Amino acid sequence: MQFGGLTAVSELALQVMPGEIIGLIGPNGAGKTTVFNMITGVYTPTRGKIYYKGQDITGMKPDRITSLGIARTFQNIRLFESMSVLENVMISKHVRLKACLAEAVLGLPRYTRSRQAQKEECIELLKKVELEDVINEPAVSLPYGKQRRLEIVRALATSPELLLLDEPAAGMNPNESIELMQFINRIRDEFDITVLMIEHHMEVIMGICERIYVLDYGMTLAQGNPEQIQNNEKVIEAYLGVVDLDA
Amino acid sequence: MSMDILLQNIANSITLGSLYALIAIGYTMVYGIIRLINFAHADLLMVAAYIAFYGIFLFTLPWWVAFLIAIALTALLGMSIEKIAYRPLRSSPRITVLISAIGVSFLLENLGIVAIGARPKPFPRPEQLVWNIHLGNISFLSLTIIIPIITLVLLAALIFLVKKTKMGMAMRAVSKDYETAGLMAVDVNKVISTTFAVGSSLAAIGGILWSMQYPQVDPLMGVFPGLKCFIAAVLGGIGSVPGAMLGGFVLGFLEIMLVAFFPHISGYRDAFAFIILILILLFRPGGILGENVIEKV
Amino acid sequence: MDDRLKTKFILNVVLLLAVALLIYWGQDNLNNFQIRILNLAGIFAILGVSLNLVLGFTGMFSLGHAGFMCIGAYTTAILTMSPRSKEIIYFMEPINPVLANIQWPVLPAIILGGIMAAVFGFLIGFPALRLRDDYLAIATLGFSEIIRIVVTNTITITNGALGLKNIPSIKSLWVYWLATILTILIIKRILNSSWGYAFKAIRDNEIAAEAMGINIFKHKLLSFTIGAFFAGLAGALMAHLITSVDPTMFRFLFTFQILLIVVMGGMGSISGSVVAALIVTIGMEVLRIVEQPMNLFGVLSIPGLPGMRMVIFSILLLLVILFYRQGLMGTREFNWDWLINKLSTFKLRKRGEAA
Repeated sequence: MQFGGLTAVSELALQVMPGEIIGLIGPNGAGKTTVFNMITGVYTPTRGKIYYKGQDITGMKPDRITSLGIARTFQNIRLFESMSVLENVMISKHVRLKACLAEAVLGLPRYTRSRQAQKEECIELLKKVELEDVINEPAVSLPYGKQRRLEIVRALATSPELLLLDEPAAGMNPNESIELMQFINRIRDEFDITVLMIEHHMEVIMGICERIYVLDYGMTLAQGNPEQIQNNEKVIEAYLGVVDLDA
Repeated sequence: MSMDILLQNIANSITLGSLYALIAIGYTMVYGIIRLINFAHADLLMVAAYIAFYGIFLFTLPWWVAFLIAIALTALLGMSIEKIAYRPLRSSPRITVLISAIGVSFLLENLGIVAIGARPKPFPRPEQLVWNIHLGNISFLSLTIIIPIITLVLLAALIFLVKKTKMGMAMRAVSKDYETAGLMAVDVNKVISTTFAVGSSLAAIGGILWSMQYPQVDPLMGVFPGLKCFIAAVLGGIGSVPGAMLGGFVLGFLEIMLVAFFPHISGYRDAFAFIILILILLFRPGGILGENVIEKV
Repeated sequence: MDDRLKTKFILNVVLLLAVALLIYWGQDNLNNFQIRILNLAGIFAILGVSLNLVLGFTGMFSLGHAGFMCIGAYTTAILTMSPRSKEIIYFMEPINPVLANIQWPVLPAIILGGIMAAVFGFLIGFPALRLRDDYLAIATLGFSEIIRIVVTNTITITNGALGLKNIPSIKSLWVYWLATILTILIIKRILNSSWGYAFKAIRDNEIAAEAMGINIFKHKLLSFTIGAFFAGLAGALMAHLITSVDPTMFRFLFTFQILLIVVMGGMGSISGSVVAALIVTIGMEVLRIVEQPMNLFGVLSIPGLPGMRMVIFSILLLLVILFYRQGLMGTREFNWDWLINKLSTFKLRKRGEAA
C-alpha cells in the first residue's frame, strides 16, 4: 500500500484461522491500521491480494465486505452522534431489512414486522453486553469505556464471522483492560467469531491472543504465540531500541 | 475561418484567459489556505469596479488614483469579510462556512443593488490606457496586450512572495496544516488576513481590467466571472498559483474558440464552463497541476 | 406507554383537523392576495423540507434545487397549456409538433413534473454524488445552471428566454396545502424509517456507516432523488400559482432563499423548515414596504429601495450562521411527547402550589 511516494505497508502475509484471536502489534506508524483499512476496503492495496474464505476481496467496497462477514471498530471512536445507543446498533441491521422504502412509508406489515424483529434482536444483543440500561441514551453521552463497547456491539450486529478491533483498550486503565479481555473472549465464544485485534496494551495482547503478528515499517517482523514473541530479539529491538554492548 | 479572425480570436482568448487567471488566483489562494470556496470573491470584482467608477466620476480623481484607492479598499474589504464572517467559524463544519460565504456574497450583491441600482453603468476607459492598435487587417484594443502583461507581472510577483519570502513560507505552512503551523509560532490569523488581502487586491485589479475590457458595471457583474474563475482554479489544480493561471488561460481559450468555431451553440457558452468543471471533478479532481490526495481514515 | 401512543394519535388527528379547518376558513375569508402568499409559503415549505432531507439529514450540500424546480415547472406548463395558447406564445419558433396538441389534466402533469425532476436528480446525482461538501455544492450549482441554460436554448420545447404564459391557474389553498402536508408526512415517515436512520448515519459518520454495511452511494442517490422529486413538485405547483414561467426565475437566488429557510429553521429539523418557510415567505411580502417609496407625514419622503429585502435576508442568514447556528429548532422536532411532558409538569407544579 502506497500513499503518494510513501510505502505504508509493504510485506505482510497475514493468515487468520476460524475461531482464533489474533493480535497485530507494532510501533506507532508501523501500518497496523492501514492493514485494517485494506482488509475492510477503505483503501485498495497498490499490490497484493486479500482473500476471505477463499474469495478474492481485494478492492471491494467496504459495505460489500461487511456483508461478506467482516466487521470492524475504529481507533478513534466513530459512533453516530445524533443517535441513541439502540439506533446506533440498528444501523448495522439496515441492509438486512426485508422490505423496500415504499413499504416503510406506507407502514406495510412486511416492513413493520421486519423492523420490529430487528429491534428485538438489537435489544437482545445489548442485553448480552450489559448495555440494556442505556438503550435510549444518546450514544455520545456514554462514558468512554461503554462507547468502546458499543462500537464492538455495533460491529457484532452486522453478524460478522471476522471481527477487527482497532485498539479496543486505548485509554483504558488496567482494570478496564482486564474486563475488556474477558469481554472479547466471551463474545468470541458466544458469537462464534474470529477476532483480529490491534493493541498497544501488551497485557491484553499477551493475555488473550493465540497468535501475534508484529509489524514494523510495514513489514512482518515476527509472528508466533505470545511466548515466542516475548522472547523474539528482533521484536525487543524494535520496541526498545538497540543496545550496543561494545559502547 | 480567415487567418485574421483566427488571430483576433486568439488575442481575445489571451485577454479573457488573463482576466480569468487573475481572479482565479484569489480563489486558489483562499481555498489553499482555509479550504473554502470564497463565494464573496466574485463580488469583490464588482465592489472594486464601482469604487473606481465613483472615484473617477463623483470625486473626479485621476484614473490611477481612483484605481489604487479601489484596490486598497477592496483588499481591506476582503480582510474584513474573513474576520467577520469566516474566522468565527474556523472550527465549524465546512458546510457552515460555505453558507456564510454565500450569505456575504448575496449581501454584497444586494447592497450594490440597493445603493446603486440594478441598471448597468458605462465604465470609463482612460485614454492613456486604452487605445486602438491597427496591425495589418486586424485592429485591437491596447488592453489586449496590457492585460496579459499585468497578469504575468503580478503572477511573477506572487510566486516570488509565496516561494521566497518569510510570509510566503508561513502561507505554505498554514495551508498544509494550520494547527501545526500555529504551534510553530506562525501567526495564523495574520497569514490568513494577508492571503485575503493579496487575493482581494488581485480580484480588484481583475475587476477594474474586466470593466475596461467589457466597459460596463452592474451589481451582479461578478457572479458569472466569479463562478468561471473558480472553475478555472479547479481546472488548474486548486491551491496552486501556477495552476490557477493555467486553468484561467485554458478556460478562456476553450470558451472563445467554442464560440468561434461553433457559433450555433454559442447560447450554451455559460454552460460549457460548468461541464468542464464537472468533468474535471469526476476524472481528475486534483486538476491539471494538483495532486490527488487520499483521505486519511 | 400505549396510552401515550393513543393520545398522540388523537392529537395528530386533532392537529390535522385544525389545519383543515384553518384552510377551510381561509379559503372563504382571506382575500386573493393573502391566499396567494399562503400558497407560496406552502410551496416554500415543500422546498425547505426537501432540501433539508438532502442537506440537513443526509449531509449533502446540494445547491441544485432551483434547477429541479425549473424542470418540474416547465414539465407541467408544457403539458397543461391549451394548444391554442401554445400557438400564440411560441412565436419565435413553432413548438415541437409532438408537444403542440397535448393537454393534460393538472394533477398528473404536476406529478410528472416531480417525476421528471427526480429522473434528472438521479442522472445528475450519479456523477455528482461522488463529490463532497463544497465540491458537491459547486457541481450541483453548475448542473442547476446548465439546466437553466439548456431551457433557455431549447426554444422549440420551452420557448426559450421568453418563457411560458397562460398556464392553467390554481388558486385553492386546499391544493397547495394538501401537497405540503403530504410532502411533510412522507418525508417524516422516510426519516423515521430505517432508511432515514441510514441517511443520518451517513451524515454523522460516512466511514462508520459504510463499515456497517450501508452502501453510501446508493443511499445518497436515493435521498438526492427524493429531494429532487419534491423540488420538481414544488416547481410545478409554482407554475400553476404564478401561471407563467421563464428561465430567469430559477437562478441561484431561488436556491439561496431555500437555503435560508433550511438554515433558519435548523438543519435537521422538518418542523423548523416549515415554520421558517412561513416566516420567510410572509416576511418577504411584509418587507415589500421597505422597497416602496415612503412618504412620512407628507414631509419626509424616502425613495423605494429595490433589493432591500434581500439585504435584510442576507444579513439574517449571516446572523443565524454566525451567532445562532442551530437555527430556530436545531435538530429537534416539534413533538407531542415534549408538549405532554411540559404540560404534565406544569400541572404537577400547579397542584403542588395549590396544596
